[in-house]
Amino acid sequence: MNRFILNTWLLPNVNWENMWQATEETIYMSLIALAFTFLFGILLGLILFLTDRGQLWQNKFIHAITAAYVNIFRSIPFIILIVLLIPFTRTLLGTMLGPSAALPALIIGAAPFYARMVEIALREIDKGVIEAAKSMGATNGQIILKVLIPESMPALVSGITVTAIALVSYTAMAGVIGAGGLGDLAYRDGFQRNNPDITLVATIVVLIIVFILQFIGDYLTNKLDKR
Amino acid sequence: MITLSKLAKTFQTKDGNVTAVDHVDLTIDKGEIFGIIGYSGAGKSTLIRLLNMLETPSSGEVTIADKNMNQLSKKELRQARQEMGMIFQHFNLLWSRTVADNIAFPLEVKGMPKAEQKKRVDELIKLVGLEGRGGSYPSQLSGGQKQRVGIARALANDPKVLLCDEATSALDPKTTDSILDLLVDINQKLNLTIVLITHEMHVIQKICHQVAVMENGLIVEQGPVLDVFKQPKENMTKEFVKQVTEPEETEEAIRHLFEKDGIGQILQLTFVGGDAKKPLMTDIVRKFDVSISILQGKISQTRNGPYGSLFVSINGERELIDEVIAFIREQQVEVEVVHGE
Ligand SMILES: Nc1ncnc2c1ncn2[C@@H]1O[C@H](COP(=O)(O)OP(=O)(O)OP(=O)(O)O)[C@@H](O)[C@H]1O
Ligand SMILES: [Mg+2]
Repeated sequence: MNRFILNTWLLPNVNWENMWQATEETIYMSLIALAFTFLFGILLGLILFLTDRGQLWQNKFIHAITAAYVNIFRSIPFIILIVLLIPFTRTLLGTMLGPSAALPALIIGAAPFYARMVEIALREIDKGVIEAAKSMGATNGQIILKVLIPESMPALVSGITVTAIALVSYTAMAGVIGAGGLGDLAYRDGFQRNNPDITLVATIVVLIIVFILQFIGDYLTNKLDKR
Repeated sequence: MITLSKLAKTFQTKDGNVTAVDHVDLTIDKGEIFGIIGYSGAGKSTLIRLLNMLETPSSGEVTIADKNMNQLSKKELRQARQEMGMIFQHFNLLWSRTVADNIAFPLEVKGMPKAEQKKRVDELIKLVGLEGRGGSYPSQLSGGQKQRVGIARALANDPKVLLCDEATSALDPKTTDSILDLLVDINQKLNLTIVLITHEMHVIQKICHQVAVMENGLIVEQGPVLDVFKQPKENMTKEFVKQVTEPEETEEAIRHLFEKDGIGQILQLTFVGGDAKKPLMTDIVRKFDVSISILQGKISQTRNGPYGSLFVSINGERELIDEVIAFIREQQVEVEVVHGE
């Protein structure tokens, strides 16, 4: 037992080069997926909000379709979503290997999750402010770009922080389809080959990434919030 | 300037139809401060929102500056709105923007070049007395200052009409007065037509030329402020007029006085305009052998002149008192016997 703990803490099996590469893969997958999630999430969230009753682009049909899409993809467990999307990913990228292969599943899984947060953030905006913009003759486009998005920015940023952290944990699962990254390393090299020190280090690195994301998110939210 | 004809708005709700504005006809002249007063739910907000089509009419027409607002295309409506400013009870500022950027918002909407925007914003900040606060955020301002930003923003595009929806209802009396002074100031400087809705008669008395009283979606009484003050016809109007002319305790206090002996008749005199300056009391005591004591008096300034009310008790021979009352009437002063026969 003592030997086990000592061995773990001395990290005899950790190959730092592999560890670094896995870290890079995790960061790559998370960041690219995050960028697209932000974009699609805001788009979907805006559609959800604007097509709702009494809003600028009130449209029952589009609202129902978007809401259905968001609800369905938000409910499918991520690990199943990855598997379901294998054929789609293969046609899209031509391969199932490497971190890029995880991106479609990551984005399709996370964007609806974020879209709901965007919708909630937009709902929080005082209706009077939108009305004021209308009374000044603003177009719908101007209302979206100059009122809705800036006024909800702190909530959009804190939402994307939560999503980013969820994405990091999704990337760990993406190892299943051979996407690499820290989760993959911890599972294959750490757990399956019985090297607990690798699992430990991989976990610590994931934690560090999460803390950094949370810190940046909190900092930006506070800085943006002028209420 | 503004003409409403048979303007109506009915909302469909789960509990049935609600007629918020019921076939209103109204004409508002250029350069006028037009007040609309009514209790909560009378339909005031709906009426003012119909003016810039934030609410689409169920029937009837709105004409502003010879433009029929109902028939404008979306684009024309946006342009028409740029020529009207609106201020709100809860200010409705963008909290994510500084004071200067809030004021610049309508200029951005219109597409004014940045450099010009800055110049215009500086002028407006000066106009509303917020020098040095351009870089603050709304959350750092008091209610009165926020409303000043609201006013500057509403005036940015040189509107012809300013719509005020309970612009002072969220402010304390002193701040209310300073905002009202500012509205009068811009009304005169810019020859701006102001439509203002409120539930406080004080606001009407202080700055409006014309007043309309609204109840259940209908305009029940309308006219120059002083006329309405002098001879309110509807009960509702009388209640509103009492808000400013007669402190609440008056009736109560007079009732108490009557419990004692030695008080004769009580008269309420109402002076309007120049009458308020006449030495009426002196004349009465000189001419008639009666004694008069003044119980309570109040004078208020309206935009069309002063308006005063005076409660006096009068003692003397019955016939003499009748003569006095006739004399007062001759002087074009309204008089009402509030107690004693
Ligand atoms: N969007 C709406 N849908 C349904 N009913 C409405 C709507 N807006 C207003 N009403 C109804 O119309 C009537 C008049 O409302 P309005 O807001 O114009 O009153 P108001 O005179 O401005 O009152 P307050 O002084 O409280 O602001 C009310 O009975 C209200 O319930
Ligand atoms: Mg109202």
